[in-house]
Formats: sequence, C-alpha cells, structure tokens
Amino acid sequence: MGCEPLPEDRREVVHVHRVSVSLGGRTVLRDVDFRVGEGEFVGLIGTNGSGKTTLLRAILGLQAIAAGEVLVAGRARRRGGPVGYVPQRVAFDHDVPVRVADFVALGVDGTRLGLARRGRGVRARVDEVLASLELSALAGRRIGALSGGEQQRVLMAHALASRPRLLLLDEPLANLDLPRVHETIAVLDRVRRAEGVAVVLSAHEIGPLVPVMDRVIYVAQGAVACGTTEEVVRPEVLSALYGHHVDVLHVHGRVVVVEGEAGDPGAHPEVVVR
Amino acid sequence: MHWLVEPGFWSNPVVTTALALGAVVAVVSAAVGVVVVVRGQSFAGHALTDVAMAGGAGASLVGAAPLVGFLLAGVLGGGSMEVVGAERVRDRDVATGVVLGAAAGLTALLLYFVSSASSATGSTQSVLFGSVFTVSPSVVPLGVAVAAATLATLFVVRRPLLLSSLSPELAAARGVRPRAIGLVFVVVLAASVALSALVIGAILSTALLVGPASAALRVARGLAGATLGAIVAGVAAVELGILASYDSFYWSGAHRSVPVSACVVGVVLVEVAASALWSRLRRARG
Amino acid sequence: MFAPFMVNAWLAGTFVAIVSGAVGLFVVLRQRAFAAHAIPNGAFAGAAGATLVGASPLLGLVVFAVASALGVAALGRRRDDVVTALALVTMLALGAALLAASGAYEPAIDALLFGQLLGVSRAEVVALALLVVAAGVVLALVYRPLLYSSLSEEVAAARGVAVRVLDLTFLVLLAVSAALAVPVVGALLTFALTVGPPAAARMLARGPARALALAAALSLVCVWAGIASAYVSGWPIGFFVGAYAAIEYVAARVASSWRDAGARP
Repeated sequence: MGCEPLPEDRREVVHVHRVSVSLGGRTVLRDVDFRVGEGEFVGLIGTNGSGKTTLLRAILGLQAIAAGEVLVAGRARRRGGPVGYVPQRVAFDHDVPVRVADFVALGVDGTRLGLARRGRGVRARVDEVLASLELSALAGRRIGALSGGEQQRVLMAHALASRPRLLLLDEPLANLDLPRVHETIAVLDRVRRAEGVAVVLSAHEIGPLVPVMDRVIYVAQGAVACGTTEEVVRPEVLSALYGHHVDVLHVHGRVVVVEGEAGDPGAHPEVVVR
Repeated sequence: MHWLVEPGFWSNPVVTTALALGAVVAVVSAAVGVVVVVRGQSFAGHALTDVAMAGGAGASLVGAAPLVGFLLAGVLGGGSMEVVGAERVRDRDVATGVVLGAAAGLTALLLYFVSSASSATGSTQSVLFGSVFTVSPSVVPLGVAVAAATLATLFVVRRPLLLSSLSPELAAARGVRPRAIGLVFVVVLAASVALSALVIGAILSTALLVGPASAALRVARGLAGATLGAIVAGVAAVELGILASYDSFYWSGAHRSVPVSACVVGVVLVEVAASALWSRLRRARG
Repeated sequence: MFAPFMVNAWLAGTFVAIVSGAVGLFVVLRQRAFAAHAIPNGAFAGAAGATLVGASPLLGLVVFAVASALGVAALGRRRDDVVTALALVTMLALGAALLAASGAYEPAIDALLFGQLLGVSRAEVVALALLVVAAGVVLALVYRPLLYSSLSEEVAAARGVAVRVLDLTFLVLLAVSAALAVPVVGALLTFALTVGPPAAARMLARGPARALALAAALSLVCVWAGIASAYVSGWPIGFFVGAYAAIEYVAARVASSWRDAGARP
C-alpha cells in the first residue's frame, strides 16, 4: 500500500525515505517510506516487536539506518533536532531531587553548557507548557513522587517545552485504563492544535485513536501501510501487510480486526472499541 | 625443583600448619562460594568481610583469638542484613557503602587502641591481610571444628538451599521456608568468611570466596562438578599462594616477602582469567 | 585546633569535602556506586606503587585513580556482582603487595587505608587547590547536560547531548575527587564520604541546585566535625568520618520517611 505524498497545502515535517533497519542480523524495517505533515496526528499501529520503537528511534537519530534516509523539516535527521520524544518508560527514582518545573526546563536548555541562570523567557515557557498540560499544581513536586500517568504528562511537557515541530510518543497508552487512554488522547489532540506540532504516537490498538487521527500507519513484517482509517483498515490491505488472512468486521458500530483463520495458532483477535 | 621451592619449606612446622589450615579453609570457601555465586550474593559476601574486619580488630583488642571476633561480627552483621532484607533495600549499594564505611572506621579505631595498648605491631596486617604464618597453634583445632561444622551444615541443607536459591516461590510451595534457609546460609557464609579472614585477611577474603567458584562454574557442567572444581581451584590458590609468599622472602635481595593474601589473590585472578578465556574459546568453537 | 600546623589539615579537608560532595551527588544520581567504590581502591594501589618507586604519592594516586576510572568505563554498565567484588579486591591486594615490597611501615599502611589527620603537606595543599578549581570549572561547565543525562540518558541523547563523552568526563572527575580524598580519609572511607552525605542531601533537597549545595554542605560538616573530633580525642579521623557519614545518611533516611508518611492522605 503506497504512502502517498501529502496534499499541496500541507507542509512536510518528516519524510522517512526508503529506510531499512537491521537489528542483530534481522531485518526489522525494509524499504519503509512515508511522510508526516505539519500538525498531523498520526497513529503508528503494530504488535509488539513489529518495529514501531525502532522506527521512532530511527527518526530521532538514536538508531542506525542500513539504507535510506530520514529528513526532518527538510534537513537530514540529527539528534537535538526539532523533535520531541516521550519514551515508553522512564522510571524516576523516588528520591531524585528534581522538580517537575526543573525537568521541564531541561527540555528547553538541558543541552546548554555553563551555569548561566535561567532567563525569564525560559521560565515563562515552562509555566506555559505546564499550564497547557494541567500540571501547574504539580510544578514543585519531585518527579519521582508522581503517579505513572502524571509522570507521563511531565515527559510530554518536557518534550513540548522546546517547541518541536514533531512529537514522538512510544506506546504512551500501553498501561492505562480506558478512561485514562481517552483523557491522554484528548490532551494530546488539544495540545497539538494549540502548539501546531505534529504527533506520531505508537500503539498496538487502533480503536481509541480513530476519532482523533488524521492518518494511520500500520507496521508489520518490516513494511508499512498508511493512509486514512477507511483506506487502511480493510481486509485486503491488512492481509497483504501481515502476510496472512485478516478479517475486518463491523459489529454494532464497532470495528473488529481479527487475524488468522479459525484454529490458526497465530490468531489473536484485536478487539477495537469505539 | 630447588628454584621452585626454597629451602626449608617442607620441614618448617609453621609452613606445614599454614598449608593444612589453608587447605581446610579453601575447601570451605569454595563450597560455600559456589552457592554464593549461584544465589547472586557476592555483594553480601563482600559486605560481610568488611564487617568481620571490625570484629577481628575488636577481638585483638580484648586479647581474644581473631577467629572468634571474625565469627561473631560476621554472624551478627550477616544476620541483621538478612533480617533487614539488605539485598532488596532501595539504594542497596549506597546503604551498604555507608555501613561498610562505618565498619572500616570502627576497625580503624579498634586497631588504634590495639597498637596503643601493646607495643606489638602487625595487628593491622594480620586482621586485614591475614596471619596464616603467625596463627597460634591453639586456633587450629577451633578452625578445623568450625570448618567441619560449616561443611556439615551445608551438606545437610543443600537440597532446600538449592531449590530456594533458584526460585523462592517454588521452594515455599514445596514446604521449604526460604527465609529460614536464607538465615542458615548467612551464618554458614559468615563462618566461611571468618575462616578465610584468618588465612588471607578480612579484606581479601572475597577473592577466595567467589573467585574459584566463579571460575569453576564457567568451566564445569553440573553443580557437583563445579563444587569439585572450585575446591580444587581454591586449594591450589591457597597452597600456591603460601609457596609464593614463602619463596618471595628469598627472591628479592631485601628479604621482604609478599603477603600470602596478595599471592593467593594473584593465583585466583589467573584462574578466573583462564576460565573466562576457556569459556570464550568454547563458545567460539560453537 | 587552629594552630598553624593544623591549617593544612583544615584546608585539605575543606577541598576534599566540597569536591566529594558535588561529584558524589552525581554518583548517586547516576547509580555509579561501584565506580565510587572501585576507584579509591585503585588509588590506594597507586599510592603504594608510588611509594615503592619513590615517586610522589599524590601522583600515584591520581594516575591510578584515572586508570581505574577508565577501567570502570570499559567494563560498561553490565552488573556482574562477581566481577565487581573481584575488581575491588584485586586493587587492594595489589596495593598490599606493593606496600610489602617497599617495606612500608604499618603507620603508613594505616594512613592510606584509614586516613590521616596530618597527612598532607603544604605543597600538596597547593596542588589540591589547583585540582579543586579545575574540577569546579569542569563541573560548572557540564552541570546541565550532566544532570540531564543522569535523569534519562535516552531522552538526553535524543536531544543531542554527548552522553558517552559526558560519562567519561564524570568518571575522571570522580577519579580526581577520590585521589584527593584518600590521603585525608583513607581508601576504605572514601566511598562512604563520596556517597553518604550526597545520598542524604538527595533525600532532603527538592531541586537539583539545592541538592548540590546541600551535598557539599553535609560533606563539609562531616569532614570538619571529623577533623575536630580527631584532634580533640587523638583517635583516627577515619573512624569519625565513617561514623558521621553514617549518621547523616540514617538521619536523612528517617526524616524523609517521616515526610513521606506525613504526606500520605
């Protein structure tokens, strides 16, 4: 399934151009090509081990690329570029003497050498981004003392503090219960519209993202299929991608993706809830 | 053979005592060490040696046999570490470091008292680096008795010990009490550390405890084979170390001998390096 | 206590405390306690070697400390308890062998292991001062990226922080700090001084700048009180440093668990 270029009026933020990545002798991504436009909300869907994290790290410059190139805002990818990153799990030790405001400020100036005091501009930006993620009340708390969900929002604030063009989140919804999942997605949607930042979020379930996503990218067997939900979540598209039979059923207004034939050892139904 | 074994080695009663005691201690250390490595308690073993050090200094101060001091301190320290659950405490490394620092400081104080009380020097040397050549003959029976009791205990609990080392939950399900077993083992460990502190000193005991064991575990296939291998390696290290230390007195013109403990550690290192090389070659051969 | 002959002790102690406290905070944040344990042992071997060949002990300390730091860096982050224990012990054995070969007297051995109140000469104090200033400049320069990479190496790397270079810089700083501390508090006590007061500061302070200042302050209290106590009682300074560091750590532990218990609704 081709990943077409963006429409004329959409500026490109990221172009993953025919990228292949090998890990430990195994080809994880093969000739992957897609673009993400400014302000788009894109879901990166795939099962565990499908290469989602590898793809995100390739965009960030943390993963070596065997072939192809990644262009961010028109320039070759480099670390420290205009990309914000929220990794899957950052466990802060309970006693770490760093407050929420301190950590978010590091998102702005953490790479700068020297001891110069933080300017008013930095502090204003920190306040601004804390407010937009509803973290103002927690600004003085230690990052290690927060709940998992709160820590995740701190990581998002941190990533947004430097006004990136692209925000990458690695499985942020993985361990959340359903109300939290919807809450997180709503916050991300609101923030991306306010800040004009493109969001690429990896997950293994598509359901909660459908109302918000502009496009979806499915990753499987080292390849991708991308487009709108209607274009991609179809039996013929997903079957071609996964290399085995996939059914897409519409039940009571819900979309259910079922992999494999009945009795197939690899079959594991993916229940999608709208 | 003359260049290898300097004159008087075999006829010297001090040396013979040292060889015999050293062999006994090496056997215990090796057997206990295999369990320590399997249980991943090398760090606890290391911590125990520093605590034992303070006990030895204390014993010196009151004129008791250092072995008694090592033993008491080791059992008390080890017991409390086990009860507190030291392996699972947050900041385990930091907490242990602070405790070790306090123990080292206490040792310094006690050794200071010892050296100001009597004009005899060498107490630092013997507590920290061992005194196998100067061990009083009256200690030998006690040492052998402790060694025998330790080995017997280890033998008796070996099966529940192995089970709870591999999986505490599984052991509990089978009716074993992992915490009780853990406590018993810590006492065994403290006894082993105390014995080896006698021969090569508190500070360097860890090498004799985990070195031969880890070398043997890399080479041998089963646990029984590893234990046997560790015993062979440990005894070899101690005997060769004693020999080297004795010889070094004659090698340099200045007639200064390298301490037994340093020589033993040297042999242990060679054994560990050799086993690492062996296992790498074996892996390369597929 | 403040007689002219004690000035060197106070100066050396102050320098050691400030550097140990500041670097020690990062040791605790980066969870590099093993490095902080191994490097002083290596420095001990270095001092012993220097004694053997008749070189300056401070030189031997610094060279072997830096070499140990590089060795720790080469070992990587893999946590192998057996390798750890053996590495720690090897350094001490080497030092013991070198000291025996050089015929050093017992007081010299005691001083290297447990510290010595009057162990630093005026010339060495000057060298200490220069090293402290250099270390301070480096730390001030890399403070923010170092803190960043200590919190999350992955995120910092993504933002362009040179994490490996920083790690090496940090280890060399730790080596310098350890080399300074060994003559004053001894190889066996340096670890406790490097991690105890900073760990206490970490539990008590809220923000990073305050934690850094508190770590240095608590280290100073520990060392100053140690010097004073050793002078008054005539007992070894190592005992007091070990005891005060332990007291600070335990007190901070207790205080922070009270605070946590009180904060719970």
